[in-house]
Amino acid sequence: MNAKQSPAPLEIHDLTVAYHKKPVVWGVDLEVPAGQLIGIIGPNGAGKSTLIKACMGLLPTHSGWVKVFGKPLKADPTRVGYVPQRESVDWDFPVSVMDVVLMGRYGRLGLIRRPGKEDREIARECLDRVKLLPYANRQISNLSGGQQQRVFLARALAQQADLYFMDEPFAGVDAATEAAIVTVLEDLRDQGKTLLVVHHDLPTARSYFDSLLLLNMNVVAFGPTESVFTAEMLQKTYGGRLTILSEVASTLAAEEGGNPVRR
Amino acid sequence: MVDPWTVDLSLYGWIALMGFLVATACGLVGNYLILRRMALMGDAVSHSVLPGLVIAFLFSSSRGTGAMFLGALAAGIAATVLIEAIHRKTRVKQDAAMGIAFSTLFAIGVLLVSLYSEHVDLDADCVLYGEIAFVPLEPMVTWLGVTLGPVSLVRMAAVLLVVVGLIFAFYKELLVASFDEALARATGINPTWLHYGLMSVLSVVIVSAFESVGAILVIAMLILPGATASLMTDRLGVMHAIAVGHAAVSAWLGVSLGVWLDCSIGAAMVVAGAAIFTLVWAGAVLRRWQRRMGHDVEPVPATSVPR
Repeated sequence: MNAKQSPAPLEIHDLTVAYHKKPVVWGVDLEVPAGQLIGIIGPNGAGKSTLIKACMGLLPTHSGWVKVFGKPLKADPTRVGYVPQRESVDWDFPVSVMDVVLMGRYGRLGLIRRPGKEDREIARECLDRVKLLPYANRQISNLSGGQQQRVFLARALAQQADLYFMDEPFAGVDAATEAAIVTVLEDLRDQGKTLLVVHHDLPTARSYFDSLLLLNMNVVAFGPTESVFTAEMLQKTYGGRLTILSEVASTLAAEEGGNPVRR
Repeated sequence: MVDPWTVDLSLYGWIALMGFLVATACGLVGNYLILRRMALMGDAVSHSVLPGLVIAFLFSSSRGTGAMFLGALAAGIAATVLIEAIHRKTRVKQDAAMGIAFSTLFAIGVLLVSLYSEHVDLDADCVLYGEIAFVPLEPMVTWLGVTLGPVSLVRMAAVLLVVVGLIFAFYKELLVASFDEALARATGINPTWLHYGLMSVLSVVIVSAFESVGAILVIAMLILPGATASLMTDRLGVMHAIAVGHAAVSAWLGVSLGVWLDCSIGAAMVVAGAAIFTLVWAGAVLRRWQRRMGHDVEPVPATSVPR
């Protein structure tokens, strides 16, 4: 480690978050390397959303700290982008697709200033990247679930951040949309951005992500997908949920039997 | 129906203008209440200002505008803080917290009025129902030799200017905090401060409006223009414009109706506003029905883009 090395995109120390005095996430220690597409997986109620919300300062923390590029988030919130769960907003809200994507620019504008021509241009490019440009002037309630998810992705792109938190960006989208979203995420990764993505589908988690964070209220494991995605680790994360596990175990076994184990 | 406009324009003109100013200020603020799903916050704040008014009156022993304004503003903010505190610190949900806070504050207000009734020259009826017909009888405000209008009308116009100015200045902040509070917070816009700001503006609007239309009717003016607008458009900017139009029409119709029936003009304005809402609603239903009858096959235009 030389002194010149830039600080990690995300560093978490001893983070504990509680709802109504019951801890949801505790004792999380994590240092996330740059330029990776990272999946956060774990059972329901494991605190996946809570963890990323706490990282962004959306929830009060009980203890510990979070640093983004070596500084508290408040020092420069523009370096962080966010894709919330689709259900977190009212899709009947009287705004157009363009208006929502422009919201991604607000953090850079500061108080009172309105988005200008340049911001509109950026928003248009972002909409184009998720193939929604023809929908720019639509009211957001006239969109399918997959389109809504892509609007949020475009908005996150418009934030032009270096570290992204995404809460289940694949929830309720069809296969084609999922593939399109994965491509965008991989592009971002290839540009050197760091992405933390809450995900709940185990089979795809293995192929989508460079690294995995296995979470069940605290960190069960964090590391490169091939070393973390093991039956033993998943068992530790998911406990007794045998149906999912046996499925995964059998795919794993089939692959290991079929091909020589990659090492 | 035509009487008020031909017989005495200056008299009814002031009343209609006052009604327009009140309904516009209420309507613009009300749009945000509707979007933020806290429409009844207007109800809560308008009840909660009563103890503030009484306390301000007892301290200043005058019905001077300044003291009343500050008292009501303080009470409005206290109600907001109380609702947030109950909702955050306990498991009580926001609507229930609202119910607790405003009924308690209102009760304290009534209690104070009855305790100090010999010192308090506050007419509860006036606070509750108001009387917009008295606006032209007020002393006129002159500025640089120009007669601007009755006191409460000039004050309402100033409040409306402030409301419009604030909405213009903080348009994007209000938009993102209302649509996606988490994004607002994550991008460094503090939705909590915006909420308190909005509630302070709401308190000011309510206090300056209820002398003319009454506390109870202010609630209607907060909701009706925005509710009507939301039936007609799906853009926030247009929604504001329609709310202003609704305010103008209901003020004019209200004065006509009030004079024609010789009844409370404030109440007539609300009835007119509600009638416009009903008409727009009926229009929307009719249009949907026509569209269904007209072309059964493809109501939504097909797009060239794959879903």
